[in-house]
Amino acid sequence: MFSIIRSNQRKSAFLIAALGLLLGLVGYAIGFYIAPSAGIFGLAAALIVWLLLLLTSLAGGEAMLMAQAGAREITDKRDAPQLVNIVEEMQIASGLSQPPKIYIVDSTIPNAFAVGRNEKRAAVAVTTGLLARLNRDELQGVIAHEIAHIRHRDTLFMTIAGTTFGAIVLLADFFVRGLRFSAAGQRRSSNRNNNGGAILLILALLLSILAPLLAQLLYFACSRRREYLADASAVQFTRYPEGLASALEKIAGAQKPDAATSRVLAPMYIINPQAAMGRDSTWLSTHPSTKDRIRILRSIGSTASLQAYETAYQNFHGGKHVLGDLTATDTAEPVRPPAPIALAAVALPPAWRTARGVLHEVDDARIVDCSCGLRIRIPPAWRGSEITCPRCGSIHKIESASEPTSSQRDA
Amino acid sequence: MTGLVILGVAVALILMFVGLYNGLVRLRNEVKNAWAQIDVQLKRRHDLIPNLVETVKGYMTHERETFEAITRARSGAMSAQATGNVGQIAQAEGVLTGALRGFYAVAENYPQLKADANFRQLQEELTSTENKVSFARQFYNDAVLKYNTACETIPSNIVAGIGGFKKAEFFEIKDEAERAVPQVKF
Repeated sequence: MFSIIRSNQRKSAFLIAALGLLLGLVGYAIGFYIAPSAGIFGLAAALIVWLLLLLTSLAGGEAMLMAQAGAREITDKRDAPQLVNIVEEMQIASGLSQPPKIYIVDSTIPNAFAVGRNEKRAAVAVTTGLLARLNRDELQGVIAHEIAHIRHRDTLFMTIAGTTFGAIVLLADFFVRGLRFSAAGQRRSSNRNNNGGAILLILALLLSILAPLLAQLLYFACSRRREYLADASAVQFTRYPEGLASALEKIAGAQKPDAATSRVLAPMYIINPQAAMGRDSTWLSTHPSTKDRIRILRSIGSTASLQAYETAYQNFHGGKHVLGDLTATDTAEPVRPPAPIALAAVALPPAWRTARGVLHEVDDARIVDCSCGLRIRIPPAWRGSEITCPRCGSIHKIESASEPTSSQRDA
Repeated sequence: MTGLVILGVAVALILMFVGLYNGLVRLRNEVKNAWAQIDVQLKRRHDLIPNLVETVKGYMTHERETFEAITRARSGAMSAQATGNVGQIAQAEGVLTGALRGFYAVAENYPQLKADANFRQLQEELTSTENKVSFARQFYNDAVLKYNTACETIPSNIVAGIGGFKKAEFFEIKDEAERAVPQVKF
């Protein structure tokens, strides 16, 4: 575990230095634009802005970020007993010194994220839509992934990198707007009309336009590998890869482009709210493609370990490493059986049940009536060709997606 | 001159002894701390079971043997916990897990019971407690492995012999029975 933290720290330091350099350049360019000799003042101003933003975001801490996301804290266990239990379980499994604070966001779109500059000031948040859709094992997979982010100090890195990225966007935006505003005045002033100055000015302008894009690339490239790492650790913590795999499937299937989430917060979610299921991962993505994450999780054999995840990753990525020597801190435990089926549904108020029934219908769920009297609703994501009745154990064939009702009813 | 050399060697030996001794104490305390985590969860598990039996009695009037098996397994586990013997505790907890599994399998036949909010909450708490035990077990066994290795290897084994450090026992709950609850196949 500690080697994961150390390896992450080296890469984080490099990335944050690169982002800081970019920020400094933008500041210099702005200063230079105002007056060729004022470049250094621009640089200083940019660094001061950066420092102020950094201090506020670190001092404000998890409470401020959670308020931004519109989350409310769960302080009474009775409000969400299963969620609190799962967070405590994952705290033990991950070896965190204390459980993170738990927040709930009122949104029908299922998602989850974690924030916090250290283990003591960490928090995880889930949406009500997530709680309504996931069963116990799936929720455990999601929480394990988020706690892995806290444990790997990804949340600290994301706060710093996100703030720096925000500062670059802010400055560049300010500059480009100011430029448009003063364009008329520029033409009248004659003392800057020499050629060399013009070229440098264009360079400065170009830099300010490209900087946010470049910063975004740097920021997102780093977050993709962290997602694989957090998935691998989640497998190690829960010993049940299928839980996270099917949770990712459900979450990705229910995403809608959500204007409310900012570009800065996006990499912190378990699945980027702005990305959909089918899309492949590109160099502009914050997360690896969900398909890829799911197929890696599903191809892990019977051992829940970092090494098993690494092997599964290599099968799909031509032998490339993702964890590398980090598997040295491994523990090898067998994959456990799923939780009892009676626990599958979270205890929800009746209104939620009705809402779920409607959702099932909208999702075009297939329904099989078993001879024992149980009605089985088959989720649209179900890929198998048969299903075992959870009550009596008899096996039902599922015809195909185009024939929604089963042959059982006619029989 | 030789006097000085002997003195130097003696001081070095004493310092080494102190260092090794303190290292062993630290490892032993880690084992104790890890065990305390498991102990808390086991106690909680035992406390939950009377509530479970009480809730279920109204629904399952014909399943006396199942209740008795659970109650017996619980008192067995509690007396094992009182002895503090890791091997005995593991064995008794295994029996309790088996009894609870048998009970869940029977409970599948009582749809009304499964819908009872109280029962669901108790089952959630029990599942969570079992999970916590199994996650805490890994930390405990890691700590035991480190401590036992120190107790066996040269030179700390000499210090362990003199200081009376005894090897700790691994905590493994025997899990022979498959989950009796039917599962959806993937």
